[in-house]
Order: sequence, then structure tokens, then C-alpha cells
Amino acid sequence: MAEIRVEKLHKAFGSFTAVKESSFTVADGEFFVMLGPSGCGKTTTLRMIAGLELPTSGSITLGGEDVTFKRASERDIAFVFQLFALYPHMNVRQNIAYPLKNQGTPAAEIKTRVEETARILRISQLLDRSVTGLSSGDRQRVALGRAIVRQPMAFMMDEPLGALDTEMREVMIHELRNLHDRMGATTVYVTHDQLEAMAMADKIVVMNHGVVEQFGTPQEIYDKPASLFVADFIGSPAMNFLRFHGSARRGATAVTLGARDVPVPEIRADIAEKPLVLGVRPEHIRLVDDGAVRGKALGSEYLGTTQIVTLETPYGAVKARVPADKTVNRGETVALDFMASRLSLFDAETGKALPTVLNQGVVHG
Amino acid sequence: MSGKSSAHSVVEPTPVTKRIAGAVVIIYALISMIPLFWIFITGFKSPPDSISYPPKIVFEPTLEGYCNLFTTRTRQTPDYIQSLPPATETCDEITRSRNMVIAGASNYLPRFINSVVIAFGSTFLAVALGTLTAYGFSRFRVPLADDLLFFILSTRMMPPIAVAIPIYLMYRELGLSDTALGMILLYTAINVSLAVWLLKGFIDEIPREYEEAAMIDGYTRLQAFVKVVLPQAATGIAATAIFCLIFAWNEYAFAVLLTSGSAQTAPPFIPTIIGEGGMDWPAVAAGTTIFLIPILVFTVLLRKHLLRGITFGAVRK
Repeated sequence: MAEIRVEKLHKAFGSFTAVKESSFTVADGEFFVMLGPSGCGKTTTLRMIAGLELPTSGSITLGGEDVTFKRASERDIAFVFQLFALYPHMNVRQNIAYPLKNQGTPAAEIKTRVEETARILRISQLLDRSVTGLSSGDRQRVALGRAIVRQPMAFMMDEPLGALDTEMREVMIHELRNLHDRMGATTVYVTHDQLEAMAMADKIVVMNHGVVEQFGTPQEIYDKPASLFVADFIGSPAMNFLRFHGSARRGATAVTLGARDVPVPEIRADIAEKPLVLGVRPEHIRLVDDGAVRGKALGSEYLGTTQIVTLETPYGAVKARVPADKTVNRGETVALDFMASRLSLFDAETGKALPTVLNQGVVHG
Repeated sequence: MSGKSSAHSVVEPTPVTKRIAGAVVIIYALISMIPLFWIFITGFKSPPDSISYPPKIVFEPTLEGYCNLFTTRTRQTPDYIQSLPPATETCDEITRSRNMVIAGASNYLPRFINSVVIAFGSTFLAVALGTLTAYGFSRFRVPLADDLLFFILSTRMMPPIAVAIPIYLMYRELGLSDTALGMILLYTAINVSLAVWLLKGFIDEIPREYEEAAMIDGYTRLQAFVKVVLPQAATGIAATAIFCLIFAWNEYAFAVLLTSGSAQTAPPFIPTIIGEGGMDWPAVAAGTTIFLIPILVFTVLLRKHLLRGITFGAVRK
């Protein structure tokens, strides 16, 4: 069990920079998710923590010990690969026992520990089967077994559920989280799936183009996005972006959209006249008779308890999540009322969130 | 399409197509096997039968060819042969019926052993070096990797015999002429480029995650290579080994040029049998038949791997 500290980690492959000066800390026992689109550097970061890649610069501390340039085999870390990477020439028992064999563990102890592991993962009946005939869910359990059997300081998981079908994935999300809570081991989990991240994480780090965009709890990431990228990446449907030109004073509580004021959380900086973006989550929109922004309904998706209404506004298309029983006719023009305390403001040029009361204390990359 | 005809898949061949394809393959196989069959039966003919016209398919089998292959004989007068104690072995009997006695063992067996040592030795070296090289190219960022790989391949682009004279002179200087070591090195050098290219393809197909998992599990890269990569690459290694072995086993030109005595291999030796006491086709055929056996056995033993090896890449697992 250990804390993992990553400082100014940098990795370049030739002229391509995979990870740029990233820093974050994974607390002891935390379920930590690295989230981002493919190619964002999350897997490279994970591989550097595990010792499968060496960083160009920066440092990695594992349980207080600097392991930056240590071999993978010398770090007490287990790794679960996306495609399981079970040794195909060994059966389930041999696969799970493999890490222990290397440590010179006595055969009797290997047997008890492998069987204990199999019981936790409910794969005891599979121990003497070949790994090639297993379902993907069972393969994933064997891969997890191989990781937990040696009781390492930390677990690295690289999109472990990526190869599973939707149903199995939901089952495994719960199993993984339960397993984590039971073992209490520090876990670093890489995924591009925001739902997985939200469902499992204690802390999330959002990465894009090798840069840490935001670091925080799932709630913080969702409610207080630090950049346009994070706001767009998290949430389904994504946050609406209303683009406008404007300025604001420190302490202002509204911005001006097309001559009408829209209340926002109190702004904590002076903003010169420039292109801005107002970020509104679909569920923070009410359809009313009069408001600052008006839109024409283009259509609606019925979701049971709610519906997603798409509206055409002067600031682009906007999706609103409204109760399913509200009738919105196609072509009807309605006004949009935003929940003032939950709005985000971004600088359209840098993509960064502007400081407001809402996002105080948010960690930027 | 009439409603009566039963539905069939557009990608799966119909039973009729399958049967025609099967027939074509069988006919082709039979035609290919005629020369082999002819060599095999010639080995059991008597010398007169072997050159009779029209050729005999029905004949009285004899081991004369095999006796002649393994022995040297001297001609004797019938009186002398009469005076000998009765023949105890088949070969003695056959030889005496031709008014000859066995003078000693022929060079076939030592030449055959040379072939085994040189072909298997060079195959082992080429595959071992090839596996390590291919692994290196496959897994590490090698500077100028593409150029180096092309250079390795380019050694195959000219006919090897073009460098025969330089190699001959070089070998004479180095004292490698007519040595098993010299032939092993030569065949290894020729085969290693093929081995690197074939094996790189196979190793590229093995996910890195296997080794990475092993390294995470506490093994060094070398241990991971031996315990995880090699078992996975077995198919490719087997296929490569067969290709290398067939080349080294059959190679004739360099063998003629560089070996004449103690290190001579079977291919240059077999034709010299003809010269000993007339056109002894049955002995030549016997020598060829035995020469074919090791490759046959090796290929049959590894056939599962070979089939997967040569169709490799065609189907994703």
C-alpha cells in the first residue's frame, strides 16, 4: 500500500511529446482514474509509473521511494492489461501463480494463495482450465487474479474493461470497485470512458495532448470543469457552449449576451473584451416563456423520465434536459432559463475556465 | 434463383466446388510424386532393369543398389570367389553373383553424416541468431532499423554463387576450406537474413503485453524472452527452421566448390557414385532416397507448425 507521487513527468518519443510536465499525487488506498481520449498520454503515464517506459525527465515516487528509473521487475506494482495478456501456454492456475514462482514462494503457499485469490474472484472452478477457452469476463478475472495474488503496493490497470461487452463491463465495474474497497490497495486506472471513471473513481485526472487538464474528484470534474476540453469530454450529452463577445469586472454576477444580462456565479477577475464561452449543462436549463436566450425547438429525444430537447439559438445549437412530461412542439420558439449558480465561463482563446465563485480551488494541470 | 434450390452461403464453397478443388489437388500431388516414386523404385532395381527400355514398372526387387551404395567392391575371378567360405550376408551374396567381393565401406555414410552436422548446425545457428535479431528489431527502437533490415535482406538479392570465387579464396586463406565449420558458417550467413525477416514477422505478431506482464511479474527481460516469447514464437521458429534446413540440406554449388574430402556433404557426393563401375543408377537412386528421409521426417514432425507458419498472417486470431 503506498502513495504515488508523479512530478513534472515528461516523455518524448523522438520529436513527439507524449506526456508534458505532468504532476499529480495518488493518495494511499485511492482509486485513481486517468481519463482522456486515445493518444492523450494517459497510458504512457501509467506505463512510466509501472516501469514499462522510462521518462525523459521528471520523477516518480512510490511509497516514498524514488523509482523513476528502476526496472519494472524491481517495483512492487501489478499491471492489468487491456487485452489481459494471459500467458497462452499456461493454464489458469499457472497464470495466477506465475508472479509468485519468481519470488521463490514455497509451492504449498503458492497453492493456498492462488486458491484464496480464485475464491475472491469466484473462478475456483476454472483453475485447471486452459486460458484460451475462457470468456472475456473470466479472462479478465484471471488477469486480476494474477495482479492481486502477490499483494503489491499498487495496481495499474490499462483500460481493463475495454475488451468486454457492455453488460459484462457493468458487472466488472462493481466487482473492481468492491475488490478495491476490500483490498484497500492504491489503484491507478486508465480509461477513455467517462462513465467508468465517474462510477469508480475517488479521484480523476483528465489528460489531453499529454497535458493534465484537471485533477479532482468526479464531482469537481463534472461541476467545475477547468477547461473547455474537460467540460466537453465529461457528461452526456456534453455541456452546451454559447459563444459570445464580452467583458466583465471582478465581482460581476452577470454577463451580457446580445444586450440581455445572464446571471452567472460571481466572477473573480477582470476580463477584457474578448471572445468568451458560457458553459451550460443540459440539466441546468429550464424552458420558459421569457428569458435572455430564445431558441427554436428542432426535435426531442425521449429518455423515459427526461427528454433531450435540441434548440437552435443565436449562439449555436443547445441541448436541454427537461422533464419528459413537458410538451415541446417541433418549430416552437421558447426561452431558455439557466441555473445561474451552476454556469461556467471560459476564455475562448485559451480554453481555460475563468475564475468564479463556483470553481474556486480547482486544480489546473 | 428458383425457390426450390436450397440456400447456400456466398463465401463458403459448394460441395461440388470442394470436390473439384480436392480432385485438382490430388492430381497435382500425384504428378509431383512421380519422380520421387521413380527414384524410390529405381533404388530396388538391378542395374540392367534400371536402364531397360521400355522402362520396367514390374521387376524383381533387389537390394543391390543399397549394397553398392554403402560398399566399395573389387572384381575377382570366379575361382577365387568359389574358394571363399559361404556368404553370410545378403550384400556379400549379391556382390559375389556379380563376380565381385566387398572391399570396404563407401564414403556415403560419412558424407551423409557431414550433411546432417552441417545442415542442422547451420539451421540451429541461423534460427538462434535470427530469433535474437528479430526480437531486437521488433521490440527496441533500433537506430536506422529500416535501413539495417533492408541491408540484411539485400544480401539475398544477388545469387550467392556470384561471390563463390571470393569466398573460395577467403576460405583457402582462413583454412576453412573443406571443414564442417566453414560450411556451417557459410550456410548460416546465407540463411540468417531469411530467418531474421521471417521471424520478425512472427515476433511482431506476439503482443508485447506478454513480456511486459512477465516483467511486471518480476522477471528480467531475458527471462521473459525465454519463458514467454519463445513458446509463443514456436510456430514461426519451426517454419523458419524448416526453410533454413531445406536450403542447407539441398545446397549443391558451394558444397561442390568448397568441399572435396572430409567435409563433403551428400549432394556433391551422390553424383560421384555413377563413376564407380559403370552407370550404377540403382545406387544413385538409393543414395537419393536415403537423402530425402531426414527432411521428410523433420517436416512431418513439424507439419502442424509449418501449416500455421506459411498461412500465417492470412487470418487474424
